[in-house]
Amino acid sequence: MKTLRFSRKDLGIPYILFLIIFVVLPLLVLFYYAFTNGQGQPTLSNLTGFFTDPNTLGTLCYSFAIAFVTTCVCLLLAYPTAYVLAQSELKEKSVLVMLFVMPMWINFSLRITALKEILTLIEGNLAMHPFLNAVVGMTYDFLPFMILPIYTTLSRLDRSLIEAAQDLGAGDFAAFWHITLPLSVPGIVSGVSMVFLPAMTNYVVLDMLYNSTYIMGSLIGSYFASYNWHGGSMIALILLAIICVFTLLTRGMEEEDAQAVGGALL
Amino acid sequence: MEANTDTIIELSHVTKVFENNFKAVDDFNLKVRKGEFVTFLGPSGCGKTTTLRMIAGFDIPTEGRILLNGKDITAMPPYERPINTVFQRYALFPHMSIYDNIAFGLRQKKMSEEMISRKVRRVLDLVDLEGFENRSVPTLSGGQQQRIAIARALVNEPQILLLDEPLGALDLKMRKEMQLELKAMHQELGITFIYVTHDQEEALTMSDRIVVMSEGRTQQIGTPEDIYNEPRNAFVADFIGESNIFNGIMTGRLKARFCGGEFDCVDDIAEGTHITAVVRPEDVELTAPEAGTIRGVVTSVIFKGMHYEITVESGKNEMVVRSVHSARPGDQVGMRVEPDNIHVMIAEDHTNYFMAEINDDFRLAWNGRVIDTSVTRIIPGSRRLEDGTLLDGAGEVIDPRKTRIQISIQPQDILMTDKVEEGLVDGHISNLIYKGDHYSYVIHTDAGHDFIVDDEYLWNMDDHVGLIMPVEKMSFALKR
Repeated sequence: MKTLRFSRKDLGIPYILFLIIFVVLPLLVLFYYAFTNGQGQPTLSNLTGFFTDPNTLGTLCYSFAIAFVTTCVCLLLAYPTAYVLAQSELKEKSVLVMLFVMPMWINFSLRITALKEILTLIEGNLAMHPFLNAVVGMTYDFLPFMILPIYTTLSRLDRSLIEAAQDLGAGDFAAFWHITLPLSVPGIVSGVSMVFLPAMTNYVVLDMLYNSTYIMGSLIGSYFASYNWHGGSMIALILLAIICVFTLLTRGMEEEDAQAVGGALL
Repeated sequence: MEANTDTIIELSHVTKVFENNFKAVDDFNLKVRKGEFVTFLGPSGCGKTTTLRMIAGFDIPTEGRILLNGKDITAMPPYERPINTVFQRYALFPHMSIYDNIAFGLRQKKMSEEMISRKVRRVLDLVDLEGFENRSVPTLSGGQQQRIAIARALVNEPQILLLDEPLGALDLKMRKEMQLELKAMHQELGITFIYVTHDQEEALTMSDRIVVMSEGRTQQIGTPEDIYNEPRNAFVADFIGESNIFNGIMTGRLKARFCGGEFDCVDDIAEGTHITAVVRPEDVELTAPEAGTIRGVVTSVIFKGMHYEITVESGKNEMVVRSVHSARPGDQVGMRVEPDNIHVMIAEDHTNYFMAEINDDFRLAWNGRVIDTSVTRIIPGSRRLEDGTLLDGAGEVIDPRKTRIQISIQPQDILMTDKVEEGLVDGHISNLIYKGDHYSYVIHTDAGHDFIVDDEYLWNMDDHVGLIMPVEKMSFALKR
């Protein structure tokens, strides 16, 4: 009688099934809807419609602007933090890192609601500063994803490289500028890709902040809400294309480990 | 010592205590002459690298001063010191080309690009890597990276070049080549080299002067010849070259007893003093059994190319002999040593050493007794497989028949008893000295071993005593 035996390869079957059902099939459906019209006939009108409609293009630009500013703010806040964390020889370092990661373990809607209350307290009327609030909300939400990969790269940086630079006559700033900064680029790229793209689409943050700002995510949401699946799918596809291009451009610079750390926390 | 004007760098009473209260360097004193090649030699953790780092400026001494050309640079940051370092794992900047790596120091000095390019080319020429300017770091082999690291330091024309185990990552052949090249470079450039290594042969080959260090302290400073021929203590003797080291005692004027025999020696030390005697394997002469100072049985003979390494057991002592003549295991031989070749020093450290064997049960056996511990407990990481094979921490097979365990125990940890049979070994008290709050005894066993035992009670000369040695007080070292 033949016994049933599992090889190590078979352990991948559940995941492959998952991939097919929840990733590959939906993508095919997405493609189908994006390139068909309401009557199920093939068409490119969804694509041309997007690039000819000033409203959708405007949303694209606005999303870009929010994502760009959010990313810059995150980077400016995260880099010094990660640097100090990586430099410090504190035994409690891991506790500090935890403190930065901890907010991610608290329920998302709770966090944003709390932020909303604080902002309301400060600004009075949230509708007064939609752009600012969008950036604040997203920065608050995405900051850990910027800190972690940068921290990982910096803490793995060989200290002897910085000593070598100092030994060769570089002061603290020159050593940072010529050695630390360039060598932490993979962490920065990793952090940027984890903040920029979500910041373009994550309209849930904005919704919860009663923010009327329209970003790409909101656009897709509104298409689907009005049963225009074809237009919505096309926009989703366009975003996918943007993400692909960005990923390809930065792939070489990205450090796999930094990605893995961030990925594990996502 | 040379005249003061000749000194380029001076370390005076330099001590470094780290935040965790670890004293890495303890009262280090050294004057290095201009153009000298000085090597800090010692096992890992002896403080040699910390000392180098203090000279480079990466660590600041807790106490003491460092003077460069008479000027105090103790607290000067590394980038202001005219000193450059070749790092252990090269520390080349991975994101820069070879040219930019070498030019880095010159650019910090705001030198003109034209000048820089000339100097980079010259120094690449010096390390035999012409045309490597545009290569990237990862495309270079270990040996080439090493040369670039040296070039990157030398291009700045430092007054002192510090080298921190620079050849450690290279294979043996490459290491030998680089040793000669470094030595040649040193002679050609006339720059002062301070070199750190744990490899005694490297130190002996390259240095003008060697500083032997252990546990943060300077053990001996001298020329390679001095250190090899006149080691100042047992540590230096053991670390530099292979040595037979015995505990012993002075039994008369210019007479020392160790290894079960009484030898004539040239060191005039007061009778009754505990001594450490060092005999180099090449200085032992094998004779007919009756012609030697001591006699023994050959236990192993290993052919080493230029000579045979012969181990002779004499009583419970073991002497390693290097001879051009072979012998057969089991041969009865005599051994004698020229008085000149016996280095006798007053024992600072009275640790008792003896060699145990591993029995079939994987326990330690010595003097016909079994010591109550198993081999797996004393060799870190070792384990026994189901078929009885013994593996060490690195997964290598340990052959119990070819492996000995050196046991060491401090004098104060041995207990004396008049119930002779209770001891691990027994013998007669052959010497006693009152040391203020205790007596220090020498117990001479029938097998010719001398044990040093501290005891607060007074025993008499020639008392027959047993020595109880608690296993938990013993230290063990594997000898293959």
